[in-house]
Amino acid sequence: MKKFAQLLELLALTPSRNRKIEALTQYFATTPDPDRGYALAILTGALSFKNVKPAVLRDVVTREVDPVLFGMSYDYVGDLGETIALIWPHHGAQDDLPSLTDLIELFNTTSKSELPALIASLLTRAAINERWALVKLATGALRIGLSARLAKTALANMSGKDLQQLEEIWHGITLPYTELFDWLEDKGERPDIDHASRFHPMMLSNPIDEEKDLAVLAPADFAAEWKWDGIRVQLILGKGKVSLFSRTGDDIAGAFPDLVDNVFGEAVLDGELLVGRDFEPDLFNALQQRLNRKVATPKLQEEFPAFVRVYDMLFDGGQDIRPLAWSERRAHLEDWFARNPQRRLDLSEVLTFADWPSLADLRRKGAAEHGHEGVMLKLRTSPYVPGRPKGLWFKWKRDPNVVDAILMYAQRGHGKRSSFYSDYTFGVWKGNEIVPIGKAYFGFTDEELRQLDKWVRNNTVAAFGPVREVRKELVFEVAFDSAQASTRHKSGVALRFPRINRIRWDKPAAEAATLDDMQIFLEAT
Amino acid sequence: MKPFLDRDLRIAPIDVYVDPPQPRARAIITHGHADHARAGHGAVLATPDTIAIMKTRYGEDAAGRWEELPFGEKRDIDGVTVSLHPAGHILGSAQVLLEHRGQRIVVTGDYKRLPDRTAQPFELLACDLLVTEATFGLPVFQHPKPTDEIGRLLRSVAAFPERAHVIGCYALGKAQRVISLLRQAGYNAPIYLHGAMIRLCELYVERGIPLGDLRHSLDVPKAELAGQIVIAPPSAIKDRWSRRLPDPVLAVASGWMSVKQRARQSGVELPLVISDHADWNELRQTIGETGAGTVWVTHGREDALIYWSQQQGLAAEPLNIEAYEDGPEDEQ
Repeated sequence: MKKFAQLLELLALTPSRNRKIEALTQYFATTPDPDRGYALAILTGALSFKNVKPAVLRDVVTREVDPVLFGMSYDYVGDLGETIALIWPHHGAQDDLPSLTDLIELFNTTSKSELPALIASLLTRAAINERWALVKLATGALRIGLSARLAKTALANMSGKDLQQLEEIWHGITLPYTELFDWLEDKGERPDIDHASRFHPMMLSNPIDEEKDLAVLAPADFAAEWKWDGIRVQLILGKGKVSLFSRTGDDIAGAFPDLVDNVFGEAVLDGELLVGRDFEPDLFNALQQRLNRKVATPKLQEEFPAFVRVYDMLFDGGQDIRPLAWSERRAHLEDWFARNPQRRLDLSEVLTFADWPSLADLRRKGAAEHGHEGVMLKLRTSPYVPGRPKGLWFKWKRDPNVVDAILMYAQRGHGKRSSFYSDYTFGVWKGNEIVPIGKAYFGFTDEELRQLDKWVRNNTVAAFGPVREVRKELVFEVAFDSAQASTRHKSGVALRFPRINRIRWDKPAAEAATLDDMQIFLEAT
Repeated sequence: MKPFLDRDLRIAPIDVYVDPPQPRARAIITHGHADHARAGHGAVLATPDTIAIMKTRYGEDAAGRWEELPFGEKRDIDGVTVSLHPAGHILGSAQVLLEHRGQRIVVTGDYKRLPDRTAQPFELLACDLLVTEATFGLPVFQHPKPTDEIGRLLRSVAAFPERAHVIGCYALGKAQRVISLLRQAGYNAPIYLHGAMIRLCELYVERGIPLGDLRHSLDVPKAELAGQIVIAPPSAIKDRWSRRLPDPVLAVASGWMSVKQRARQSGVELPLVISDHADWNELRQTIGETGAGTVWVTHGREDALIYWSQQQGLAAEPLNIEAYEDGPEDEQ
């Protein structure tokens, strides 16, 4: 447990991603089974104890600490787990806590009524850092800014195995992952899982280079589809069970009951999650209302019904069709749709075009009239290959919108950039006033960042904590994907995916855009 | 008995203030931190160390007259007996004991009771009214052993020989304490200082606190700072100055660092919980041991300590002496 507590602390406090991976790699390589398997489960959020609830912990503490003092402390610290770790008043001999495995066994087997006494005795035995880790472990709320992806990357790093291969079996393995570690350390076969019912890493596309790629690619070799403005999902229709995975392999089915309860058949499908009525996709804004929620209220389901626009098929029934060419998979998909009528799924249309210029036209029109993000190009002979293989799928995004905006505030960045003013808020004219329209922290080179940092320091007019207000004199050409009306911003405009396209050292602020200029970018709602 | 001290720490019978935030004709200063010692008073009564610190920071003419009062010596000022007693907070830091017509009042200033080679050790004073600080006046503040914290620092230095360790410390008191703790732990390598640290370190050495081999960080090429310890004010470690260091591990030495979420939010990679203030347990212990029936609480998180004192049957109330600046970045 001591070792795990040290790992958690390091992960919480190290800003560098590489150092986190190093620490994880080191931990997994030097910790025996099954401890490391349980650690992996905790780090990836795959473990929870049904009896250990925050309320139980709070009870345990307020038996020992005056509730008023506890309340004041919690207000100050702001994190229940940390408050408990810091406030616990009894300090025992600090002998070693049980191993991770034994601890988990204890939490799982101790009855509800005996749990408070167990937790109290563990808290007393633990040293301060272990106490912090113990509470985090017990409540399952780590809050240390670690993604499951990072833990998996460390495993791949440790073993030299391919991250994709690991991702593929990830959802089919069980605690404490001994077979996984055996495979990673070449002591066993790759775990065998039921492929049709597990998440499969997705095939991703590369951005097209209009000058180089289009000159050599033959239009007839490619199928084109709209690039939809939703989120990529993998829908797994099994016998009696439906899963909906995001691109990172998180199962988000729980948030979309209206969708998963109304799909039929047996298959693994690849498509875009959208919201809207009668398969008419709403703006991304609307979809956002339903993302990052554990549950969907009936009102949300009614207001923003979810559907999936399907564009590929990985398994037809139990048959793995990933090795087949795109055109054959498409035939399977269309045939499958004919056999399985759907209310919440529809087919992504395949666009007809003669040559690249006519597709470019189509792409422009789609963006202007329907807000499509661009078009996708898929080599008709391409098998379904996880990852981002070269030359098979391309995304051809619509041209970004650009606007000349004025730098208003700068804020220091994080990690490596913590001594640089690297986060910029910019605005446009509204009469004689400048109103902020967005914030961006990338799009410039390291050298430009140094210049900007210097400019900010030399042109500061006021400082508020980490934020500096600067002279309204520097113009950025800001690129963005789309603009939407927003009541949350003073300017009434919110930009999607803004980035600094160019720094216009030469341009006077008076020639920057006005709020009126922004109106043409606003999408109809 | 009505106290002869006002709630703005004015000693009523003689019109003398303790640690006044505004310039006053006569002031008693507990210690040299800026939120207690200001320039511009008519006369300043303080320990010789505190006066030396004030002169170094503010200049010889920062007060109209300097009156040194060594620890333990009594001085009668128009019927009020004033004496200064070690508070253990920083070099020269004092508690003020005031006696008048049989009533004893103690103003602790900032204090701690843990041993510290850079400050005269805390002395417990019995009194009727205790004016106590409350910087860490919440039960979540239970400071760990400073030697353990220094141990963590040294382990990190050993683990990352290619990186510099930069420790954010307040320039007066904390910096010298951390250096002294490092020496105590057997760390004899040179310790590098940010420019803002140099004057006060020199003063400590002059006044008999050995700090070992100290060097100016400016004099050294970047690469040579790999594996070394550098001491700097917290404001510098996240600013341009830190770019001169090779891939620095950002450490901050402060009692606030016990809250990990907070350390994390402020980008501190190695929080060192080393405090020059009494923690919750010491604050309560001291209130109890002084035997005071009345407690006035100031400088910090008053609520919890007042609540606790009242639970103990003491008369307790907050003093709101002016908004002092304190927080994770500058514990003073």
